[in-house]
Amino acid sequence: MSTPATAEVLSASPPAAARVRARARWRRRLDALLASTPATVGLAIVLAWVVLGILAPVVAPYPPNANDLGALARPTPSTAHWLGTDQLGRDLLSRILWGARPVLVIAPLAVLGAAALGSLLGLSAGYHGRWISLVITRACDIVLSFPVIILYMIILAHFGSSAWNIIGVLTLTKAPIIARIVRGMTLDLREREYVAAAKMRGESALYIMFVEILPNARGPLLVDMCLRTGYNIVIIGVLGFLGIGLPPPDPDWGGMVKDTYGMMTVWPHMSLFPCAAISSLVVGFNLLAVGLREIGLRD
Amino acid sequence: MARFFVKHTLFLLLTLFVVSFLVFTLNEFSPGAVARKLLGAYATQDQVDTLTKQMGLDRPLLVRYVDYLGTVATGDLGYSQRFKLPVKDVIWKHLRHTALLAAIAFACIVPLSMLLGVTAGMREGSRLDRAILMFSTIVASIPEFALGVFLASVFVAWLGWLPGTATLLAGGGWSVPAQLVLPVAVIVLFDSGYVVSMIRASMVEVMQRPYIRTAVLKGLPFRSVILRHAVRNAMLTPITVIMLQINYLVAGVVVVETVFAYPGFGRMMLEAALFKDIALVEAGALVAVFLAVVTNILGDIAYVLLDPRIRA
Repeated sequence: MSTPATAEVLSASPPAAARVRARARWRRRLDALLASTPATVGLAIVLAWVVLGILAPVVAPYPPNANDLGALARPTPSTAHWLGTDQLGRDLLSRILWGARPVLVIAPLAVLGAAALGSLLGLSAGYHGRWISLVITRACDIVLSFPVIILYMIILAHFGSSAWNIIGVLTLTKAPIIARIVRGMTLDLREREYVAAAKMRGESALYIMFVEILPNARGPLLVDMCLRTGYNIVIIGVLGFLGIGLPPPDPDWGGMVKDTYGMMTVWPHMSLFPCAAISSLVVGFNLLAVGLREIGLRD
Repeated sequence: MARFFVKHTLFLLLTLFVVSFLVFTLNEFSPGAVARKLLGAYATQDQVDTLTKQMGLDRPLLVRYVDYLGTVATGDLGYSQRFKLPVKDVIWKHLRHTALLAAIAFACIVPLSMLLGVTAGMREGSRLDRAILMFSTIVASIPEFALGVFLASVFVAWLGWLPGTATLLAGGGWSVPAQLVLPVAVIVLFDSGYVVSMIRASMVEVMQRPYIRTAVLKGLPFRSVILRHAVRNAMLTPITVIMLQINYLVAGVVVVETVFAYPGFGRMMLEAALFKDIALVEAGALVAVFLAVVTNILGDIAYVLLDPRIRA
């Protein structure tokens, strides 16, 4: 892997040239990404959902919580309701489009939270060594050894479930995984010359961890964050399905399945469409992660 | 080996301590909570206070925790408010059901993912490899409840071949084996997707080793290169991953159990948590963590047994 930090310090080029070079680097990365079929497909799916989620107020044909009681007699897909309506006569297409919003906000936020906390723990454990490392790795092992779904049930049943509580538990349970990855890379990176140089300059430990080491660990971290976002979406769906997810009545894909899968033999469309929505989004993130990993290997 | 056991047992005990303390604190931190739960919403504050005093719940948290540990150590796990049975009986019954489900699923997952993972990894980049990789990525991406809905809509709603619930009761005209087909299928599909990609990655790495090239160059048939030289080495890393799946199978199948109304351990924990059945939640969490850590240790032992370099 290249060492941009040292390269930039040494060359001391004017900012404009650096910007051009940075743009060229991004251009190269994007080309590499688009050369991989899984990455292209994954990126397309994810972007499609992001656009649909942002535009939900414009493109959704009905308000997400509006009941069309006339449609209750025949809730199946029709020209008025393209994907049909749910058991309360609410338009499924509108609810699925609106349902993309909470998922696409909560999952990445929780990943960012976990990445921040995990990097801090992993860097400290890898950089300091000895007992700090021991305490952090043991604490992470304990969290990781706990079956997470049971942890979610206990915590969310106790504190009640809201978007912030879900972000909180996801951050706490995913941070140890990221910490483990970052610690492994830190152990390797702290022996590099640029770290020694920074120490010689008298930089603080925090500066060295976050400015010298972390940027050079970003490759594997990025792949993992992409995977984690997919997993988080699954968990948000699962929590909704178990009845401890985002509170009703606002649309939540997992909650929509929970409310309707009992009627599957009569009206399968009510649970099938939300299932298809969440599955496609997670597949998108995972394909993107497969693609990112391929690029990482080629570098 | 003795050191290995001491180290792991200590970690097991430490984990159990930490988890039991956290769950205990979470549930019983506010002194009135337990009595209020026992008496219900319509009891007066006086009654709650009296019961709190009678049960000794007004003592400091740490004292009560040590007391609780003492009771647990004698084998008394308390009484479940939700099921109106001793906690031990409730957990044992549900754990047995989940063990049945998990054992059948595990017996399918291991051979299936070994077959797919080895086939994909032995010729990296081939069309078959790409297909298996895509399949496992997609299957592992679909949430279990969605997989359950997809399978049930085909085999229950459309074809009518299988029952949509697996309550293990003989009623409804479906035999127990027929009830188990869909839950097992969902678990196997979801879980093997992940295991396949692990085995494939390990196999790809092994196939690039010099001893494989030597084996091919000295004229061994490709089949015996794979079976005798590659597979054993390629299973080293995934074996811990496979053992970790037992953990998932015991505690993580709550979703599948909920989809198919299966009376297992995960669903019991969900009910206990939602009903705030404190004794059951506390004991269930301990059982779940115990199983998780023990399967972890078993994974490490399996690793040592498979790799003579570590054993020596």
